[in-house]
Order: sequence, then C-alpha cells, then structure tokens
Amino acid sequence: MRINCPHCGPRDRREFTYQGDALALDRPDPEAGPDVWNDYIHNRDNPAGPTRELWYHETGCAAWLVVTRDTVTHDIHAVELASAVKGAGK
Amino acid sequence: MTDLLAKSPCDGLLPLTIGSVTVTEIAFDAITSLAPFKGQESAVSDALKVQMGAAFPKPNRTTGKAHARAVWSGVGQALVLGPPLAPIPGAAMTDQTDAWTCVALEGDGARDVLARLTPLDLRPSVFKQGHAARTEIAHMGGVLMRTGENRYGLMVFRSMAATLVHDLEIAMQSVAARGRL
Amino acid sequence: MRISGSHNGGGLIDRGKPLRFTFDGHSYQGFAGDTLASALLANDIRMVARSFKYHRPRGIMTAGSEEPNALVTLGTGAAQEPNLRATTLELHDGLAAHSQNRWPSLDWDLLALNDLAAPFFGAGFYYKTFMWPRAFWEKLYEPAIRRAAGLGALSGQPNADRYEKAFAHCDLLVVGAGPAGLMAALTAARAGADVILADEDTVMGGRLNAENEEVGGQPGREWAAGLVAELAEMDNVRLMPRTAVTGVFDGGTYGALERVSMHVASPGQAPRECFWRIVARRAILAAGSLERPVAFQNNDRPGIMMAGAVRAYLNRWNVAPGRSVAVFGNNDSAHRTAADLIAAGINVAALIDARPGAKTDLDVPFYHGQVCGSEGRKGLEAVSIATQSGIEKVQADCLAVSGGWNPTLHIACHMNGRPAWDEKIVAFVPKPGMVPGLAAAGSANGAFSTAQCLAQGADAAQEALADLGLKPAKPEIPQAEDDPYSITALWSVPGKGRAWLDFQNDVTVKDVNLAARESYASVEHMKRYTTQGMAPDQGKNSNVNALAILADATGRSIPETGTTTYRPPFVPLTMAAIGAGAQGKGFAPQRFTTSHAATEEAGAPMIEAGLWYRPSYFPAPGETHWRQSCDREVGYVRNAVGICDVSTLGKIDIQGPDAPEFLDFVYTNMFSTLKVGRTRYGLMLREDGHVMDDGTTARLSEHHYLMTTTTAAAGQVMRHLELVRQGLRPDLDVQIISVTEQWAQFAVAGPKSRELLNGLLDAPIDDESFPFMGCGDITLGGVAGRLFRISFSGEHAYEIAVPARFGDSLFRTLKSRAEALGGGAYGMEALNVLRIEKGFITHSEIHGRTTAFDVGLQGMMSKKKDFIGKTASQRPGLMDEDRERLVGLKPTGAVKQLTAGAHLFNDGAEATRENDQGYVTSVGFSPTLGHFIGLGFLKRGPERIGETVRMVDHLRGVETTCEVCNPVFFDPEGGRARD
Ligand SMILES: [Zn+2]
Repeated sequence: MRINCPHCGPRDRREFTYQGDALALDRPDPEAGPDVWNDYIHNRDNPAGPTRELWYHETGCAAWLVVTRDTVTHDIHAVELASAVKGAGK
Repeated sequence: MTDLLAKSPCDGLLPLTIGSVTVTEIAFDAITSLAPFKGQESAVSDALKVQMGAAFPKPNRTTGKAHARAVWSGVGQALVLGPPLAPIPGAAMTDQTDAWTCVALEGDGARDVLARLTPLDLRPSVFKQGHAARTEIAHMGGVLMRTGENRYGLMVFRSMAATLVHDLEIAMQSVAARGRL
Repeated sequence: MRISGSHNGGGLIDRGKPLRFTFDGHSYQGFAGDTLASALLANDIRMVARSFKYHRPRGIMTAGSEEPNALVTLGTGAAQEPNLRATTLELHDGLAAHSQNRWPSLDWDLLALNDLAAPFFGAGFYYKTFMWPRAFWEKLYEPAIRRAAGLGALSGQPNADRYEKAFAHCDLLVVGAGPAGLMAALTAARAGADVILADEDTVMGGRLNAENEEVGGQPGREWAAGLVAELAEMDNVRLMPRTAVTGVFDGGTYGALERVSMHVASPGQAPRECFWRIVARRAILAAGSLERPVAFQNNDRPGIMMAGAVRAYLNRWNVAPGRSVAVFGNNDSAHRTAADLIAAGINVAALIDARPGAKTDLDVPFYHGQVCGSEGRKGLEAVSIATQSGIEKVQADCLAVSGGWNPTLHIACHMNGRPAWDEKIVAFVPKPGMVPGLAAAGSANGAFSTAQCLAQGADAAQEALADLGLKPAKPEIPQAEDDPYSITALWSVPGKGRAWLDFQNDVTVKDVNLAARESYASVEHMKRYTTQGMAPDQGKNSNVNALAILADATGRSIPETGTTTYRPPFVPLTMAAIGAGAQGKGFAPQRFTTSHAATEEAGAPMIEAGLWYRPSYFPAPGETHWRQSCDREVGYVRNAVGICDVSTLGKIDIQGPDAPEFLDFVYTNMFSTLKVGRTRYGLMLREDGHVMDDGTTARLSEHHYLMTTTTAAAGQVMRHLELVRQGLRPDLDVQIISVTEQWAQFAVAGPKSRELLNGLLDAPIDDESFPFMGCGDITLGGVAGRLFRISFSGEHAYEIAVPARFGDSLFRTLKSRAEALGGGAYGMEALNVLRIEKGFITHSEIHGRTTAFDVGLQGMMSKKKDFIGKTASQRPGLMDEDRERLVGLKPTGAVKQLTAGAHLFNDGAEATRENDQGYVTSVGFSPTLGHFIGLGFLKRGPERIGETVRMVDHLRGVETTCEVCNPVFFDPEGGRARD
C-alpha cells in the first residue's frame, strides 16, 4: 500500500501511522451536549466503500493527512493535508 | 569549575569500509531547526540567504552546499547544517547540533546498501543530487540526502547511532558478498 | 540417465564441471547447470519422497516450482531447511539433501501401512473419526496425525543463516522471462523505461530452455540468451533471475523472493534469500503456464511425469527420465514429447492420444485411447491402455502425461479478481483489470504458441509504455513456432482404484466425489473438506482438475462451479525471508543515552524502556541482590545526593505567538499564566476524558516553552500535539519540534544536590536564582546548559541539561562528585521506589483507563477554559465516587510483601471476580519506611483510608492483607523539595 503524501510524494505504507476516521477533526463545541460528544468520541461508521481516514506521516514529514480510501477496492481517491481540510472548513 | 569533554554520536563506531562502500561520520558546526511562523516564510528565507547564501528549501530538497546546507525536514521546517545561525525574526529556531547522528555513505554500491534500509525510490532519475527526504531508514525515522553521484547523507537521532551503524554494516556486508558470488 | 553425446546442443549443463552431492547419505555426481531433480534422474533415482498422508512412493513429476512430490531437506542442525523442491534447487558441490516423511528410510517406510488403511483416511476423515472424546483431540489424535502425515521438520535451533529484505522501484515489472517476458522487457527497455525483469528460474528464457525449437532462425535458448545479454547491458534494466514474484499488493507493490546464495557452497556473508518489495507503475504477467496431469488409477507412481517436464529434462539437462517411455495426452504436447524422445534416441513405448480422431506421423506404437492404470513396486513398470478394442498393457519405466496447460495467472488473482473460463483452451485465463496496472501476455494469457507469446509480449509492453507516457518503438518479432493449440478436455479416466488429483496433499478423485455426495458442493467447501489445494503448492497441479470433477459430480459447468481464490505467496516463502532484517538487533532500533558507556562500565544491568536502555541499578562490591543496591541508592537521594540519567523523557520545544493558548488547550491546567523562568506540572487528557500523559513544562520566554513527557509516551504525545496543531487548531501560530536528543539531562537529587552543583557550575545558585520549580540557563566550564529545579523524588532536586555531546563527560563528573558527597548514581529501581514513596504516578497508574479524578488530580482540571478531554471527563460515569481511585497500600498481614497486578478484595471476602474491589499498580520496598509500599486503585479509595483490604495475586500465589493509606507515604507536606 502506498500513500501519496502532498508533501513527500508516493510513499510506502510503513512510513505512516493510522488513526481512525477523519471525523476526529470535527471537534464539537464544548456545549454541544452529550449526544454530539458521544458520537464524536465513540461512534464510527464501518462502510464497505469510501472512508475518510486520518494518517500520520510519522517517519516522513510529520503531516497529518486525510486519506479518502475505498475499503472494498483499496483505491485511494484523495490525500489531503489535515491542516488544509480544516482550514477550508473554517 | 569543570571541563566537559565532547563526544560525537558515532565515537568509536566509524569510519567503516566494506567492499566499495564507506561510511564516515560528519560533524557540523551547528544544526539549527528553522520553522517560519505564519506569513513569515519569505522573510525567513531571505534572512537565511543573507546569513548563509541559501534559501529556505522546498519540500524534498536541499539548498546551499556542503557545510552550509539547508535541508527540508518536514512540514514547514528545515534543518540548517553548517554555520551557527544568528536569530532570525519570524521563525522558531532550536539548537539541534547534538540531536542527530550524521553520516555520509559513499561508493559504487551506496545505492544498493540504501535499498536494503529504506523504502524510498532511490533511482538516480527520481532521487537526484540535491534531493532530500524524510523517510524510514531501517525502522528509524530519518533524513536522507543525495549529495553526490554515489554519495548520500543520512541522519537519524543521536541515540540510534549504534543501530544505524549496525544496520549499515549488515547491508554493506551483504552487498559486498553478493558481488563476490 | 544422462544421454550420451549432446542432444539439443548439450542443453544447459556444463559437462566440464562435475559436482558431487549426496542424497540420503549416498554420494552421486551431477554437472553445473543441474538441478537436484535433474541430477537425481541422471543417477536413476526415481523414488525421492513418500506422500503426505498415505506414505506412497513418489518421484519427480515436474521440472519447476510447481513440483508437488520431490520435497527434500537441505543441511543439518541449525541450518536444516525442509520442504525444498528438488526441481528448483541448483546443484552445487557438496550439496547434501535428505528425503522427508519417511521412517526409518525412504525405501522401507513403516507408515506406508497408512496406504493399506486408505479407506479409513478418506476426505474429512478426521472430522468424522476423532470427534470424541473431545480431550483426546489435542492430546492424542492431533499429535499422532501430525507425526504420521507431514512434510519435513525444522531443527528447532536458531538459524544463523543470513536473510535480507530490499526495496526496488521501476516503471515496468515483467514477471517471467520466457518469450513473452523477454519481448516485453526488450520493447520497454528500448523505449527508455526502467524495467525489472524477474524470473524464478536460474537461466532466463522460460520454455525456450526446455524445448527443441527455433526462434528467429537460431535455437530458442540461444535467441533467449542473446536477448538477455542485450538487456544486461542496458542501464535502465535490472535482471532478477532466481526471483519468484510471490504476491501483488496495493498501490503497485509486488513481493518477490530471490534465492541469492543457495546455489553456492560457501556463500560468505551473502544472504541465503532476499525478500524484495518492488514498486512498479506498470506490470506484465508473463509467467507462462503449467501443464496439468490426468487422473487415472495409480497415476502417482515414480516415473509418471508431466510431458513438458520430460522434454525439459531431455532438452535442457540431457537426462532421459526413462529407458522406455510411454506418452499420454489430450493435446499436441504429447506428440511433441514423443518426437523429442525419438530425437534423443529414447525408445517410445507408446503414444496414447485421447482426442477423437487423433493420429500421428511419428514412427511409434500409437493408441487412440486413455491410460487407465499403472503397475510397478517403487517405480513405474507398465501402463494399462484402454482403447475401443479393450485394455492393453505396455512395458514402460516412464510415462509422460499432458492434460493440457493452465495459464500461470495466480498473482493476477491476489487482489480479489476472478479469472474467466476459456472453453477453447479448456482453462482459466486472466481478465483485464484484475490488478490495476497489470496486464497478462503470452501463455499466462492463454496464448500457447511461441509466436503468439512473442507478439503479445511486445504488445503488452507497448500498451504499458503508452500509459507511462513513453514513446514505444514497434519491435521486430522474430520467426517462431505458431502451431494451433488443439485440446479435448480430459480430467480423469474412469476406473476403480484411486486416481490422484492433489499429489502433495494426497487427494483423489474419490475424495472430491465423496465431498460432492456429502453436500460439500461449493468449491470452497470441497477444498476445505478434502484439503485439495491446501498444501504448500496451493494446488498448482490439481485445482482445475478437481474443479472439473466437482462440476461433473454436481452436474454443473466449470464456470458455474467457480474457482477458489489464489492468495500470496505464489511459491512457499520462508519465515526467515519475510522477517528478514528484523532478527536480533534488527528487530527494533536501540536507543542509548549518552551515559550508556559509563553505566555499562559500572556494571549496571540494563532494562528496556520503549526503545531506550536504562540502568536497573548500579551494583556495589559485596552486594548479592538487586534489592541491596536499590535500597542503597534510595538512601543516596534521601540522605545525600543521587544522579540519574533522565534524558529519555520526551522534550518538546514549543514556540510561537499562540504557544500559551496551544498549551492551555492540550493541558488540563493553565500554562498561559506560568511565569517566565518557572516550571509547572501539567496533565494531558485524551479527548475521551482519560489521562494521556503528564510532565513538567517550563516557560523559557514569553512565547517559548519546553514540555517534558514521560519516556513511554513521548512519541504518542508528539503525534497528538501535531494532530492538535495541524488538524484541530490550525488557526494557532505555533511551531513544535522534539529536542529530546539534543540534551543530555540528569537528575541531581537529594539534600546535597545544590552543594554538588555549586561545585560544578560557573556561577553558584541559591533559592533566589533557582527557587522550587524555577528554571534557567547555566554554564559549566563555558558550556551552556539549562537547569530545572524539579523533583521526582520529593527531595531538594534539580535536573541539569547540557548539549548531548557533553553527556558522557557530565554524567561521569556528576557521579564521581556525588560519590565524594556520600551519594552516587541510581537506577530505575531506586527511581521507582522514590516516586512511590511520594505517591507520584507513572504509566503504571495512567495506563489509559484512568481519569484525572481516579488519580486524585481532578483539581488540575481548569474550569476557566476548554481543553482536550474536558467535556468527556465530566461525564457522570467518569466522576463517580464508586470508581476505583488511587490509594496507597501497606501490608499488615503475615506476608509483608505486595505485588503489582494483584487484586484487592474486602477483608474476609472471597477472592472472586464478583468481589473485586481494585488492583495494585506499583510496589516497592521502601528502605526509608522499612516496609513494602504500593499504589493501587480501590473502589471509593480515598474514603477508605485506614481500612484493611485483602490483596490476592492469583498469578504468583501471594496473599496478604493491607492497610489503605494516603498515596503520599513520605513527607506529605512536601517541605523537603521546597527547602
Ligand atoms: Zn509527507
């Protein structure tokens, strides 16, 4: 498996660390209430198909990446910098 | 009062030559990390040019020359290898002079040795002179630079010097022994 | 036997280089260029193995990596390597091979009795037979079966051989160097692509090395050799002979096993094998095809071989596998074999063609029919031929069989792709797009003539080049054999006896039929019920045949029945090759502190803390137990001064206009209010409200902090801070970088710590310049360093940091000066006791399931700001008084010992899971207090101070009662650190 880091180019998966769904970037307001926080902390979909995942280029450039990946075909559709994804959302 | 003696990371471990490949330790006067704050990128690059004649490097690249080189070392960050830097406004700077094991790997088989240690694409047409990468070097996160036709600069954390030399030695032995088959 | 003279130009052996080798202790001679298999056949060794289940005599069946029978063990002792295929082992002088799965000898194998009990051992026999009593399975049946059924064995000793892993990158990977692969590689290389050409054989050329045919007007193998020589001269081509591509993985990554030095007697420091990870933008599968057998009664006797293998032994190795050879097939491969045998001067006893209307021009006894049986004790002596006029017996010591050819499409299926059934060639062929970027060419693609292979190789390369953006030049395709492929399906010949399908796992036609009768009609069920295709060869010789027989038995077509999945590896891989580079010191980096050498010189045993090596204790003369050393070292710190290397703690430099806000967000407590020149203890939570890490952070200037983390969590915290910085708060202007390795840092702890430092520093310090929790710059002999007045022991203490190059020197200086003051260096054991005495937590307590509330630090959670973990930490369940919360423990029972990991129960309660009240996390003997002390978590702990609880360690068999107490055992007011 290879991930095309926006900084470093295509790299072997052993340089990266996986950290679950990219939902983790959408931190709720402290006052959003228990249901919203419960969803944010604990509930994740497990789709057969495209997912958005957080990967850390740990032995590379130290960028956090949002990788859009298909769990069925293993195709990687997009690799974005978490900082850019977050910046665009704000 | 005391008199502290300095020891290099590879003290007693290098140099090492096996077959056509040699590893030597490189000592820099200083290694300084440089990370511009928001919006300060070009000002910091200009200041760096004034101080050492090299711009802030683009991702996967080095600027400058031997003993005065800036190497891209990650998101928004470079390591300046060579002269100690005067403070540059608009950038976070840290002294990293003692944090890294720096070695040069040189010789005909240098690329073959590295192919046993890193998943990086090392083809000469891809990883050219002046290129650099943050990558994995034998289980260690490191900095890899191509500084000549058959010469590479490797950096891993200081504490891992013995492991780096060990892993290089095994790979060098293997490459040399393959050549004798 | 070796053919005298030089059939087919002498083949690819060098008769000028004889080699000695042994098989089962007997010495034989072969030639350079031989495989073990060709050399054994040249020496008329026909029986080379006993079969897996029935211990039937078996001989060499193929000439390639698909060999099911001829598995041997090489070497003895630690170097013993089992289950190697004789057909791929290159002969070298002194090679020593042994047969397997026989006792006491190959010739006289006691377990051959299994064959007589065959009716008992049919498909699913162990599922049916060994069901009861249940306990017997593990203790009796399985060990017995494992002894009886099997392959070779490992020595059980550590293997001293070298193995390696390596990475390669290319534009185009060509898998297989037969006519298609060679043509593809040449076409791509001439266009300037970076090409890797990998072939599992020693000599590139594929079937051209095994056939007696011409390409471009010259012998095929010479044409191949010429082309290989041209490729070898090109800088953009890497030739990888002896390299089997074993698997296809995501992103164009291919696994490949190279046999590096198995073919030489003295490899020196060369690895035995290398496991390659090859990254290719495009790939061409030109792996050829595998000939398949026909099932008939007793079709597994030594001497019964694949027709293509017989030709390979004749043409490549000049070996006749028999003196009188019968040839049987359903396609032209049989006729070609007969012709080659005649050309080599070998008697053809019979040519049997199963196709309707078959005929031949060859001057041989010709039969239109089928071979229906064989005879011979430990090797073939005669075959029975069923024709329309009845059954005829013909004397033959070798039978060459061809049931047709299966494209070698295995790796194309590694990413879940399913092949298509091609009725014209009665075989599965790869479908385009099964693996992104991979195309099949030549006989791997179902094109069986040499001319078609050459053309398809060139075409596939041109398509790949277009994808790569390179300009392809149309290569000249040399003249070659272009006979049409004519085949009539034949899977098994009717008959009463057992007819083998899977030779490696001893599965017969009857087994498959039985599976169908017992409703294991899905191919996946049949496979598992009969074990067909589950041997190390993954059914290369049997899958299609077994599928066809299952289809027949269930009244379905082959495409309807489907096919099983091929998985990596294509050929068996040694664990040593997969794990290469990770043995011994290669397993993980070793991180040594700058005091490592001095610490080892002092005789301190090292313990691993993550990747770091830290001293356990520093033994003194006369001490016989680590506890004596530990007690002494605790005393140094409590009474004089102790020195400990704390460089392994993570140090993160944090700078920027928003650094204060950043720290306020990641820590539960406030850091924006910390004064410059001061240090504060901080607590970090995960977003789910549990403690992630703790440590002290110093404010070096207005916008510059230095955070410390625990040794264990340094990497995790760095990752977390980067996630916060990049992914949660990219609005903050802050830069972070690890400076862990820049500084050698030592704890100088104890009542005499300042006295020691003042003898060392260029300028003396006092309570004013360095108050408790103060920090600042210092110099030692002109070397600039940092000093922090922090304490993990509860004593008046400092941590002094200098650039790492001076670490060795400073540690030696500190140690000797401490010794002069009645102290010395201390290790992890003493450090642990000192912090337990003070109730300081480590990751034994903040182990991922505890909250700030649990460890009694709820007061550190600021109400004035948001921080990571704040919302979740306030959930009622995490603030419940009933939770297991931190307490101190001291033994009060007859047993004066505590053990970490023990569980706590109410006094007098039974020690059962239902009664569990908590557990012990850290223990140590406190020389300061004179008894064991411990930390642990107890339900409603802080409310139960003074209570007696029961401690039970089921694992170590230790039990006692303890008093619940304040976790701060020593100096609870904290005056000693401040004074
Ligand atoms: Zn990267």
